[in-house]
Amino acid sequence: MRDPAGSASCHVDHKADGLAEIRFEGDWRIHADLPSFADLVRRIESLRPAAGITFDSRELKAWDSGFLTFLRKLMVHCQSKQIAVQVEGLPEGARRLLQLATAVPERQGARREARRTGWLARLGGSTIAYIAATKDMLAFLGEVVTALGRLVTGRARFPYRDFGVLVQDCGARALPIVSLISVLVGLILAFVGAVQLQMFGAQIYVANLVGLGMAREMGAMMAAVIMAGRTGAAFAAQLGTMQVNEEIDALATLGISPIEFLVLPRMLALVLMMPLLCLYANLMGIAGGFIVGVGMLDLPFKQYLVQTQNAVALNHFMVGLVKSAIFGVIVALAGCLRGMQSGRSATAVGGAATSAVVTGIIYIVVADAIITVICDILGV
Amino acid sequence: MEEKQPHIVVEDLTMAYGDFVIQQDLNFCINRGDIFIIMGGSGCGKSTLLRILVGLKAPSRGRVFFDAIDFWGASEMEREDLMHRMGILYQSGALWSSMTLAENVALPLREYTRLNDAQIREVVALKLALVGLAGFEDYYPSEISGGMRKRAGLARAMALDPEILYFDEPSAGLDPISAKRLDDLILEIRDSMGATIVVVTHELASIFAIGNNAVFLDTASKTMIASGDPRQMASSSPDEGVQRFLTRGDTFTV
Repeated sequence: MRDPAGSASCHVDHKADGLAEIRFEGDWRIHADLPSFADLVRRIESLRPAAGITFDSRELKAWDSGFLTFLRKLMVHCQSKQIAVQVEGLPEGARRLLQLATAVPERQGARREARRTGWLARLGGSTIAYIAATKDMLAFLGEVVTALGRLVTGRARFPYRDFGVLVQDCGARALPIVSLISVLVGLILAFVGAVQLQMFGAQIYVANLVGLGMAREMGAMMAAVIMAGRTGAAFAAQLGTMQVNEEIDALATLGISPIEFLVLPRMLALVLMMPLLCLYANLMGIAGGFIVGVGMLDLPFKQYLVQTQNAVALNHFMVGLVKSAIFGVIVALAGCLRGMQSGRSATAVGGAATSAVVTGIIYIVVADAIITVICDILGV
Repeated sequence: MEEKQPHIVVEDLTMAYGDFVIQQDLNFCINRGDIFIIMGGSGCGKSTLLRILVGLKAPSRGRVFFDAIDFWGASEMEREDLMHRMGILYQSGALWSSMTLAENVALPLREYTRLNDAQIREVVALKLALVGLAGFEDYYPSEISGGMRKRAGLARAMALDPEILYFDEPSAGLDPISAKRLDDLILEIRDSMGATIVVVTHELASIFAIGNNAVFLDTASKTMIASGDPRQMASSSPDEGVQRFLTRGDTFTV
């Protein structure tokens, strides 16, 4: 423990020849109660020391930054009042530190003024930023497509070994969480449907509801949302950290396109795995509905199965699979784009991961709405 | 010269990661007001020794005393109290990137002193002025250069007026002039604040410019093979490895 703080005091004495002497006494450390600066200033002003100020610190027991900040304020005050200060009476260390603090003058223009902007300027600023962000996004998309072209024609540098690991991470490792969420979504759909359909004695149509709901919408959607949170965020954090460590610059200086080397494998892995995950989610969701149908509504096992088979034709599954592939592209692009755009700090990487998930989910829902409308028009 | 008071005493220290021993049988003493250099080749355990001294990693065996208090044998509370009396400048500053320089320096003050906001602002301005960064209060670490980041890290390390200041590779990544300026600053801080300073480095220029006491850790024998004043070490160490290190291998001509 530090010694408990003693008390600090300072006295101003009038000396001959218009000099004032400030006497520091006691413990002037930062956790002590230091005398008021305003009082000292008042006493100095009442004396009007024409010839200046001297110091006496023989009774000063201990000092640290508390003493120094006090002295600095005093110096600034004396300078503004044009009172001469003779620092010889201060402890040597304090004198040297004060000198050190003024050794490097404040750089002109370094200090920042708080600027206030009107709402119109802010609106304009964010509109311009939005346009720039959209351009960046399109440019990124363009780069990815040209890189894909190079890959197809065999001219891209593609890290096949990393690709295997990524496929495993986007596929097999996601199965437990996809299972849990899909079964629960199936259960929920069946419950909501059962309450309504039971009123008409049409419980059996729970099988249709769950089967169609999972195959066309919820399987793809839930798998995509899970992957946006799980894998999209991971992509953004990985690429963002690589940005911090200058790993991406290192690739670029070697002439290896970061898009080919980092973004393409992630996107392809996710696009390949997403339909499989979606199919698996469909199965799990239907199983969840089955639990409610057979366990709670007492529908016969066989009947539920046949009803599901009749209700959900292959084209319904196809709609879900196509959607999931598109969602895969969206999640991977959002993750990689935010990762590549990340700044070089811990906060920026965190922001990139958050923004990857938010961007991913927004575009998933928007894309889902568009595809659903198209399917309706085409009559699929 | 006044009589030397031991400040940090290391006794019979062994450090290891699991079964892998990095250094063993370390015995040395750092006096109050010393600028003590921990040197050695890459991978010899300099940084691990620093982690033990600052309380980030427990030693496998042996003891570290601060003012006769057994650092690793003390209770967690006592150890924390001791840790508040140390300041550490990490290799690349380790400033918190989400905070401005002023907020970085203010955080230890806010946590461990009872100062009000205005007083904290004054202390922060003083510390930043001491390291030559007056006026840079509202900058984020990402907006300033590496050398400035290091000096800002030093301002933060000095926030609580530490008795012991640790520097991990202070001149790494700095140009010779900035490195020299940082060395001068270290000397100035030692002389005016009376702090004990421990520096991990392998920059020869710094070692000779600021160090008055040192320990040399050897990778092959996994222990210290020399200690004392680095200038004497260079001229009269019986060990060839130490000689070669301190003269950049110039005495070892074929």
